[in-house]
Amino acid sequence: MSTTSATLSKLSTGSAESGLAEGWLLGRWKTMLRIRRAEEAIAHMVENGEARCPCHLSIGQEAIAAGVCAALDASDTIWGGHRSHGHYLAKGGSLEGLFAEVLGRNTGCAGGRGGSMHLSAIQHGVPGTVPIVAGTIPLAAGAALAYKMRSERRVAVAFFGDGALEEGSVHETLNLAALYRLPMVFVCENNLYASHLHWSERRLKDNLDQAGAFHSVPGTRVDGNDVEGVYDAARLAVMRARTGAGPSFLECRTFRWRGHVGASSDEDVGVRRGGELAEWLLRDPLARTEDRLTTDLARHLERHRAAVDEEIRLALESARTGPEPDPERLWSFVCAS
Amino acid sequence: MRQLTYAQAIREAHSQLLAADPRVFVIGQGLWSPWYAGGSLEDLDREYGRTRILDSPVSENAVTGMAVGAALEGMRPIVFHPRLDFLLLAMDPVINQAANWSYLFAGQGNVPLVIRAVINRGAEQGAQHSQALHSMFMHVPGLKTVMPATPADAKGLLLAAVDDPNPVLYIDDRWLYGVTGDVPEEAYRVPIGEAAVRRMGSDVTIVGISWMAAKALEAAEALAAQGIDAEVIDLRSLKPWDQSRVLESARKTGHVIVADPGWRTAGASAEIAATIAAEAFHDLEAPVERVALPDTPAPTSRVEEQAYYPRPSVIVLAVQRALGHRKLGGACA
Repeated sequence: MSTTSATLSKLSTGSAESGLAEGWLLGRWKTMLRIRRAEEAIAHMVENGEARCPCHLSIGQEAIAAGVCAALDASDTIWGGHRSHGHYLAKGGSLEGLFAEVLGRNTGCAGGRGGSMHLSAIQHGVPGTVPIVAGTIPLAAGAALAYKMRSERRVAVAFFGDGALEEGSVHETLNLAALYRLPMVFVCENNLYASHLHWSERRLKDNLDQAGAFHSVPGTRVDGNDVEGVYDAARLAVMRARTGAGPSFLECRTFRWRGHVGASSDEDVGVRRGGELAEWLLRDPLARTEDRLTTDLARHLERHRAAVDEEIRLALESARTGPEPDPERLWSFVCAS
Repeated sequence: MRQLTYAQAIREAHSQLLAADPRVFVIGQGLWSPWYAGGSLEDLDREYGRTRILDSPVSENAVTGMAVGAALEGMRPIVFHPRLDFLLLAMDPVINQAANWSYLFAGQGNVPLVIRAVINRGAEQGAQHSQALHSMFMHVPGLKTVMPATPADAKGLLLAAVDDPNPVLYIDDRWLYGVTGDVPEEAYRVPIGEAAVRRMGSDVTIVGISWMAAKALEAAEALAAQGIDAEVIDLRSLKPWDQSRVLESARKTGHVIVADPGWRTAGASAEIAATIAAEAFHDLEAPVERVALPDTPAPTSRVEEQAYYPRPSVIVLAVQRALGHRKLGGACA
């Protein structure tokens, strides 16, 4: 099959022509809202000291998780990084499991062993997220290799930030994925900053969408704050993967509203992003989606907001009452038996 | 019993694993080359197909990471590094990912992965084609490490490593590839964590690792000629290592030499000696002696190589040193 980046690019702009049902759009809006509200709750717990582990928030970037995961089947897997609350939730991970994990409780999605940076929901296709930059990209390729070897029609998605493109293993994996025609999608969430460094402090050209080309992995640049556009591009990439045509690379342009880690914007530690942030706030993926809903559906948004807030409240309440790990457990799970 | 070389035994283990379990596959450098792996993988690609024997691009990090991911998704990969030195490019998938995974997610998900790496030194290959780095990996929780010294163990430990639900580093030694020994034809497992007593003795215990276990047996023969009766233990597994068997022997003989094919400082020999000193202190009649590599990179020239790698005579000298110590009576202290 000769799907090229040109084909992908052409089709991925087609949110207007995709003809997605409005109910579908409302569903994506709710997914994004759950992520937004969950992370705001986590930000609050970081500020009040309740959450002690490092929490990397994706507020402002929700459309990528929601759009990509909407293109996946339940049996497909996603592999994430340190900023993966949104990926975990969009793929079906539970709110309570997330909150309890962030609070270090036994009832957390990783048993209270992982914290915010290690989320797992195996039954929903989230084997694990890890904070080594690019750490799970080769793992996702290995999962894709396993699916291919077993002739399963499953797809593995690697989510990673723009900083990950500075790791050698990404380039190794791009080549391997193309060579073995793996059913895999590389999703780069380019929020323009790696920690405190703007892309221009790390790279001469703004050309991450071309990262795959040298390795024969077609790439496309997507507006990462447009959930329909992300979905359209992801759907094509997933189809390409599932039909045996090989991997694709999506560069989703976005911006995180908060700082690298924690609840603040990082202005307090001298990262001057204020001007950019003001621009990006106008591209809020939630507000943009609301604008596309008809007045009929839009009338009920308050009711949906209230429902999500209630869901968050109950999940938090439950997570807070979860037991803390017994220190006797220190030696368990070093090895599987 | 049927005799095989160490390399043939490794190949037979692969073949039996590939035949028995469709989840097993091999990935790494040099798999389609007749010479790269010293005959230990010869023609497996012809027998089992190149979709299960993947001769990979030179991408140690991503290839090893892919093996981790495939293991997490239910396969039983063996990722091959023709030199242990090359595995250094894959430390993230081995340590950060594979070794930590079970613990990090409280037992949800495990990594049934075999990382095979070869100590492939000598022949003037120099410092980056010679290193025996097993001690570095022995340090890491969640990672098992085995080092067979005989053809029978080369087969049985590989089969056990693939069965194990955890990541297992399997380190074989190219200098042993030509060694022959009895190897049963059926598929059998050598339990990980069990040492083997290769020679019973009463005067001194020599704990050997990999190549040095073979050299320890030669040293024991030389010592027998001097009237010294040495017990030789082949450790076989470095993590977990068989503390009870080693301590039992140490208590019996009161003299222990640890012979390690790696460096001395913070090496496997240090861990073993420290454990013996702590657990069998009152039964020791002399400090534990260590035979290890000098703390220098591997030299290249033949002359320097000969000075660098310990021969059986170095073990013999260590035994003589240990036996020269008189037992310290409690009253003298």
